Amino acid sequence: MTPADLLGAVILSALIAYALLAGADFGGGVWDLLASGTRKAEQRRLIEHAIGPIWEANHVWLILVVVVLFTGFPPAFAAVSTTLFLPLVLLLVGIVLRGAAFTFRTYDAHDDRVQARWGLIFSASSTLAPLLLGLVVGALASGRLRVGADGAPLAGQLAAFSPFTLATGLFACVLFAFLAATYLAVEAAGPLAEDFRRRALAAAVAVFATAAASLALSRAEAPLVFAGLTARRWSVLLHLATGAAAVTAFGALLARRPRLARAAAIAQVTLIVVGWGASQYPYVVVPDVTLASASGPRATQVALLVALAAGAVLLFPSLYLLFRIFKGERPFSVVDRRPARRG
Amino acid sequence: MASWGTSRYVRGVTDLLAARWLFGTSLAFHIVFAAVGVAMPLFMVLAEWRWRRSGDEVHLELARRWAKGTAILFAVGAVSGTVISFELGLLWPRFMAFAGPLIGMPFSLEGFAFFTEAIFLGIYLYGWERVGPALHLAAGAAVALSGAVSAFFVTLANAWMNSPAGFRLVAGRAEDVAPLAAMFPPGWAHEVLHVLLSSYAATGFAVAGIHAFLLWRSPASAFHRAALGIALGVGGVAALLQPLSGDFSARQVAETQPVKLAALEGHFRTQRGAPLLVGGIADAEARETRFALEIPYGLSLLAFHDPHAEVKGLEAFPRDTWPNTFLVHLAFDVMVGLGTLLALVSLVGAVLAWRARGVPTQRRYLAAVIAAGPLGFLALEAGWLVTEWGRQPFTIRGVMRTAQAVTPVSSLTIPFAGFLALYLFLAFMVGLLLWRQIAREAA
Ligand code: HDD
Ligand code: HEM
Ligand code: HEM
Repeated sequence: MTPADLLGAVILSALIAYALLAGADFGGGVWDLLASGTRKAEQRRLIEHAIGPIWEANHVWLILVVVVLFTGFPPAFAAVSTTLFLPLVLLLVGIVLRGAAFTFRTYDAHDDRVQARWGLIFSASSTLAPLLLGLVVGALASGRLRVGADGAPLAGQLAAFSPFTLATGLFACVLFAFLAATYLAVEAAGPLAEDFRRRALAAAVAVFATAAASLALSRAEAPLVFAGLTARRWSVLLHLATGAAAVTAFGALLARRPRLARAAAIAQVTLIVVGWGASQYPYVVVPDVTLASASGPRATQVALLVALAAGAVLLFPSLYLLFRIFKGERPFSVVDRRPARRG
Repeated sequence: MASWGTSRYVRGVTDLLAARWLFGTSLAFHIVFAAVGVAMPLFMVLAEWRWRRSGDEVHLELARRWAKGTAILFAVGAVSGTVISFELGLLWPRFMAFAGPLIGMPFSLEGFAFFTEAIFLGIYLYGWERVGPALHLAAGAAVALSGAVSAFFVTLANAWMNSPAGFRLVAGRAEDVAPLAAMFPPGWAHEVLHVLLSSYAATGFAVAGIHAFLLWRSPASAFHRAALGIALGVGGVAALLQPLSGDFSARQVAETQPVKLAALEGHFRTQRGAPLLVGGIADAEARETRFALEIPYGLSLLAFHDPHAEVKGLEAFPRDTWPNTFLVHLAFDVMVGLGTLLALVSLVGAVLAWRARGVPTQRRYLAAVIAAGPLGFLALEAGWLVTEWGRQPFTIRGVMRTAQAVTPVSSLTIPFAGFLALYLFLAFMVGLLLWRQIAREAA
């Protein structure tokens, strides 16, 4: 384990945290967009209530990824920024509009028309952002983002857009929606919980479909990742574990065990991000930039690791406090005290 | 995109300009929210603390109202800050490829300050009915502290760009990188101090201006008097200290960034007993500052605290390392002029408050505070322009020119136009929402 590998692990962990926390906030926005039925307004209120106190903190995980990348692997940051200029700019627009519209909706007049307008911007940008995030990840893996020796992009800005990256974008979007629905099914009560349980089941099917599509397309379009996903020794184990988590989540949803479903969904998403990271290791941008080739000075990498460790000591207790306050007595519990029966 | 060989020069110039404008606009936008994010939590906590000590409901109401405004401003600060952290790479990838390991430490530590800021702000805003009073107040204090800490760290990164340190330049690459030395480059102390004070001064006067206006309309309001007391109290102290800290900055800049000093003073010829030039047009072609008010020995006195000290003029440096003298000198005069005004208003306020043993509410004084409301932020923006324009043509002074730092991606005018429209929209909405909050309470 070199300091570069450790920092790579930190980036991957921060991405997992981002997917589990901010991903679910985006997913909540997707369900805001898709709110329907007689309890439309209640669904939206629950989502707003669930996201309100935590989204800004959840969002910082992405900032952490960015700063660790440019501190530890400066040429990789430059390569990512130039080759993915267009999707990243669009992602930023999504992030800005999501955050601003969410806050404006909370504090603007409580007139229905005004609220609906902000709600639309909030939910549309919440859908756009994960699409682009998934697209960016797919593009990094695709091997089409060639970078010259001087760091200038060799392919055009459209290289990031292909059937494969569109599939990974969709995959990220439905995955976050699935995750959010399993969280909301725990946080809701009564018929509202049933609404989100059904939505989680539907999203789980969509996750499966988009995952299959991404895998199929990766064979031609991201051969390295395809090889990583299919051929390496550990990959079978990882697949089995991911599949087991997915089946558990689905089964728990069917059996109305929301807390178990949520825990399994968390495991599933974590394993998916780990699987992506492992299959593209040691590349940051396939195939021209690796963790080793992009490493900055060792002195900085070591100092950064120390700073991250010190920061973590401050961060995790604070985060625990936040979730303890807003996500109830047992924010991370897996066990359902009383199974949620219908009605 | 594949063909940036042809007509590269012309495209390069517009793209460079678009990149500079985009980045400058993003920062000028973000800094308003950032300054508010540093100062406003302190005001909130002071109000809540007073309520807890005195049981005076007015202060509780004040803390709650201010918290709502802070929530709106903080969200926009968070998203605009996110844009900037990506833009560092999107617009200046070569700068970041070089400087990442050198300025990355403060940015990483700032990341943790962002975490604590966002976490405890969530607890503060949504926790009124959920957490105990001590935890609530402590959460507010944690927000106030982490806001200041994040400003501290990001300013260290800027200080490094002004006076790069902590590495050896070997064939265009940074060798022997010492992250800790890079984190505290020469001149970090004056900049951090001046930036922190500016956040309290600018926010304090802006908030005081609003409440002075409402107090003007309803003079009996205990609510606005309490608000004015806190905002003007903190802002006034900061504004009084600001010229002192500015003088410290100027002396440091004279030592570490002589070209910037010469440009901001509009000083062309190296001279002993140099006069201070106030106002005027710093004309780089004619190599003189016309129409300026001259204060004999002023510059030597201010920059080195010695009337006969030699002050290097721009002519002592190659022409192609000069910044735009006209703009830098103008921005500097705007900052210092406004800073002097704010200090005067604060001084008068201190005298009136001491005489009245309370918040000064004479109508003429209220009028002065209302007029001074926007000036703090104007001074703050002008000051940042001095620093950023004054560093040109370098992004890393003496090491990397801005033209070398810019991205090879072209057509940057399009994102510039898009983000500009986005910022204008956000600014309009924030203004509208804050105004509604204020109007509702005034009604
Ligand atoms: C409320 C805002 C405000 C006010 C009233 C002043 N300043 Fe200022 N000034 C800033 C806000 C500011 C700033 C926050 O915008 C800058 C940009 C970078 C920095 O260090 O602080 C700045 C920069 C800055 C610099 C350049 C520092 C550098 O580039 O390293 C100098 C020399 C001064 N200031 C001097 C002064 C003086 C002599 C003032 C006398 C009244 C003054 N400032 C008032
Ligand atoms: C290159 C310059 C800058 C970058 C990359 C940057 C980045 C960011 C980011 C990513 C955030 C969002 C954090 C969150 O989600 O809570 C943020 C917020 C903030 N920034 Fe900046 N920033 C820059 C300049 C500045 C400056 C010059 C200051 C201070 C003087 C500052 C002070 C703050 C503060 C206090 C916040 C908290 C949010 C708020 O209150 O609005 N930043 N910044
Ligand atoms: C928030 C207050 C700030 C404002 C208003 C501001 C403004 C500007 C402006 C106007 C430019 C363009 C320069 C030109 O075109 O002449 C610029 C450039 C730049 N600034 Fe700042 N800046 C601020 C703080 C910072 C901080 C804290 C950093 C820290 C890293 C920073 C990093 C840069 C970089 C990398 C460039 C681009 C290269 C260059 O033009 O030198 N700025 N800024």
